Amino acid sequence: MEGSTALVADPSGRRVLDSAVVRFAGDSGDGMQLTGSQFTLSTALAGNDLATFPDFPAEIRAPVGTTFGVSAFQINFGARVIKTSGDELDVLVAMNPAALKVNLVDVKPHGLLILDSGAFNERNFTKAGYESDPRSDGSLKDYRVFEVDMSQMTQDALKDCGLTKKESLRCKNMWALGLIYWMFGRDRQATVDWLNEKFRRRTEIAHANIAALNAGHAFGETAEVGEDLAAFSVPPAEIAPGLYRNVTGAEALSWGLVAGAKGAELKLVFCSYPITPASSVLHALADLKDYGVVTFQAEDEIAAVCAAIGASYAGGVGVTSSSGPGVALKMEAVGLAISAELPLVIVNSQRAGPSTGMPTKTEQSDLYQSVFGRNGDAPLVVLAARSPADCFDVAIEAVRIATKYMTPVILLSDGYIANAAEPWHLPEADSLPRFPVAFETDPEGFHPFKRDPETLSRSWAVPGTPGLEHRIGGIEKASDSGNISYDPANHQLMTDLRRNKVLGVAKDVPPQAFEAGGADDKLVVVGWGSTYGPISRAVDNLRSEGLPVAHLHLRHIWPLPQNLEALLRGFDKILVPEMNDGQLVTLLRGEYLVPAESLSKVTGKPFKISEIEAAIRARLED
Amino acid sequence: MNVQSPALTAKDYASDQEVRWCPGCGDYAILKAVQKTLAELQADTAKTVFISGIGCAARFPYYMSTYGFHTIHGRAPAIATGVKLTNPELDVWVVSGDGDALSIGGNHLLHALRRNVDLQILLFNNEIYGLTKGQYSPTSRVGTRSPSTPGGSIDTPVSAGAFALGAGARFFARSVDTQQKHLPEILKRAKAHKGTSLVEIFQNCIVYNDGAFDGFTERAVAADRQVLLEHGKPVIFGKENDKGLRLAEGKLVLEVVRLGENGVTEADILVHDETDRVMAGMLAALQPPHMPVALGVLYCDPTRSYETSVTDEVAAARKSHPSDLAELLHKGHTWTVS
Repeated sequence: MEGSTALVADPSGRRVLDSAVVRFAGDSGDGMQLTGSQFTLSTALAGNDLATFPDFPAEIRAPVGTTFGVSAFQINFGARVIKTSGDELDVLVAMNPAALKVNLVDVKPHGLLILDSGAFNERNFTKAGYESDPRSDGSLKDYRVFEVDMSQMTQDALKDCGLTKKESLRCKNMWALGLIYWMFGRDRQATVDWLNEKFRRRTEIAHANIAALNAGHAFGETAEVGEDLAAFSVPPAEIAPGLYRNVTGAEALSWGLVAGAKGAELKLVFCSYPITPASSVLHALADLKDYGVVTFQAEDEIAAVCAAIGASYAGGVGVTSSSGPGVALKMEAVGLAISAELPLVIVNSQRAGPSTGMPTKTEQSDLYQSVFGRNGDAPLVVLAARSPADCFDVAIEAVRIATKYMTPVILLSDGYIANAAEPWHLPEADSLPRFPVAFETDPEGFHPFKRDPETLSRSWAVPGTPGLEHRIGGIEKASDSGNISYDPANHQLMTDLRRNKVLGVAKDVPPQAFEAGGADDKLVVVGWGSTYGPISRAVDNLRSEGLPVAHLHLRHIWPLPQNLEALLRGFDKILVPEMNDGQLVTLLRGEYLVPAESLSKVTGKPFKISEIEAAIRARLED
Repeated sequence: MNVQSPALTAKDYASDQEVRWCPGCGDYAILKAVQKTLAELQADTAKTVFISGIGCAARFPYYMSTYGFHTIHGRAPAIATGVKLTNPELDVWVVSGDGDALSIGGNHLLHALRRNVDLQILLFNNEIYGLTKGQYSPTSRVGTRSPSTPGGSIDTPVSAGAFALGAGARFFARSVDTQQKHLPEILKRAKAHKGTSLVEIFQNCIVYNDGAFDGFTERAVAADRQVLLEHGKPVIFGKENDKGLRLAEGKLVLEVVRLGENGVTEADILVHDETDRVMAGMLAALQPPHMPVALGVLYCDPTRSYETSVTDEVAAARKSHPSDLAELLHKGHTWTVS
């Protein structure tokens, strides 16, 4: 389990921790996401490795003080490599009773609860559904509780700022952040700079927030809090040298698309319709017009994918982005892009389904939809990103494959990856892959479905090219002219060509490699997407105990890597943890007839390391 | 096509594919009119794109020697929007039918019109579903008997003109498939308009709805049941050119009056102002037999096209701040681990 503590004192008298998991929780109006992202920044600057998990409600402004309005931000940071946002909380900061009620279940025994006692009153107990004060009825007896009236302390600190009571109270998240900064010995300067920049047009608000931050910090330093609240130190992690930044999945994915279009030397045309949790990609790209990015907020999901197809038809990189329900709407048009053999990238930031499901909760249950979810025999390429930073490389790969093979590519991300952040070792921009597209220009022997014998990709002639005027569409076309054809043998041939073209992509990607362990182990865990963190930590932990367990993590969901079957056949047991009801496991069993076994979790939350460890142990003990 | 090429004729805009509409279909006449129009404009086949959805009309691109994309039901305006955003230099025509444009694709037509993407959208309105074998369509008149409405249709039809004007269209015109002089002129106006031009073409479906428009297109009645609008000219029609439209006194409705009767002179007749949206709405609503069907350019009031604004915004951003990838990745807080 991550978040284990090693109680050694450092020279400053702080207790040294190997790693820690902290969650800030409060009302959705309390600024918990901002608080968390500032703590993330200062933690990264302090040299720790980290992973974060924002968890916010679907309601924009749920009634204040209610459990369904609770917004939380979790961070796991440490002096070692951090792979998940943490199974259990060492510290929970709860800004009101509802935040305590919702989040207490994740705090580990004897974990620390820091409560804003100013918000713990009868009215808020009622709103949170507490029948009695949890602080006095014994329900917190297994935890260490530290109470401080943050609301009052913030108001006291800001009494000379000239703000209204309401405005002052809005700064209490910074007071809490100041206290936590003191606890972990964090530098406040980056947050001070950020506040000055964010409120540069309202300097009094900037000053008030900074004053609250400093007051919270000073409280920790001066108040005699004793053993209740100790000062800790988490030494820097051993991280590969280089230049780093924090990045969310949505940012990395957006920048990867920009880098992919640059690699292809084509215009990026990004067409989307707002949907949770995918909109952040639209927002990020809409702000990149100075990189030549065209973004189009379409009237609906169908128009978004169709405009992207139009963009590719006209010689750009057409990209559309959505979440499961939106992708369902797009699928007829994706079939058109498959039939017309046009490049297209479809990003799916998956969320809990079916139907509207739980829009703000993560899941990876659109694998079937991606691989199979169209009418007709309609193969395309499916890729999956494993972490926020990995989105950058996968987005470039999606553009490369789409343009090289004239095929739609579905890129699977999820709500966790999109919103979570991690430190990213920045690549050199000059070393990124280049794959310039050469449009067809030669009228000699041209027809639109002339194929490259190697890749089976059809020639890409864009409107505007003299002498190559042609017609394409979703009706079956003759393999040797592109004209409409209902010929039976031709349809068989074209179906075979479309299948073989997509399967051929497997020859153009690196062979599947082990993340940990190898062919000599007894059990292999096969994962994909955002389960990477908990699987790899669980496998590492068990391997260090000497257990014979290996880990394969797939980026290429379809076509599957060419060597995967041979790798899987070497194992007695195959375990496939997924945040769905067992989708990759079915694909693997269907493709290879191997006895793969599912470990399924669909709670809207990522796997805990301990859950995967337990599942592996149980199977090894059989 | 380079400038040295000999002048192109209508035939040069036809592809080598056999045209496969039913014999006598109005689509043949429209195809001919479009090819004639492009020849008159000496349009560059390489820079011209025809995009269609699904339906009889949607086969149109296969019969043109230009670039063409036969897509999916109702979505052609959305695909065409993506094309224009990527390469604004292309001349993009959308070919659609009443089901394609106003039923399954109604949303996309609405938004193409309000955005004002520079497209010519040709709406072949035959008031019936042809390719699916004769069901009633969103423009079918109440009481239309069809395989899906054996007792006659119940729902009120949509008017393409009212829809377009309501959506904020900046160009709306009408013509008739067989009017081979009028139609090319209207198509030329549509092409000249920078922004979305919607042209409703009354098109006869000889198999499932034959004669739907005879009430105002038959030679015997056409002059009295049609009014051909011209900007700046009085709205006069009739075999004897003796009928006109004017605003009824004290009301916002049009009435037919006869020149020379009750002291009515040409000065009393409404002068067509194609930039007048309210008048366009009234003209679009006229229905035979009591009122003539208004043909020609009902409304044309240009404004900046969508793709021009998008392209300019990107160009301005690039000019003010030409960015490279390294700069993007390094934006914000970074730190060095040594």
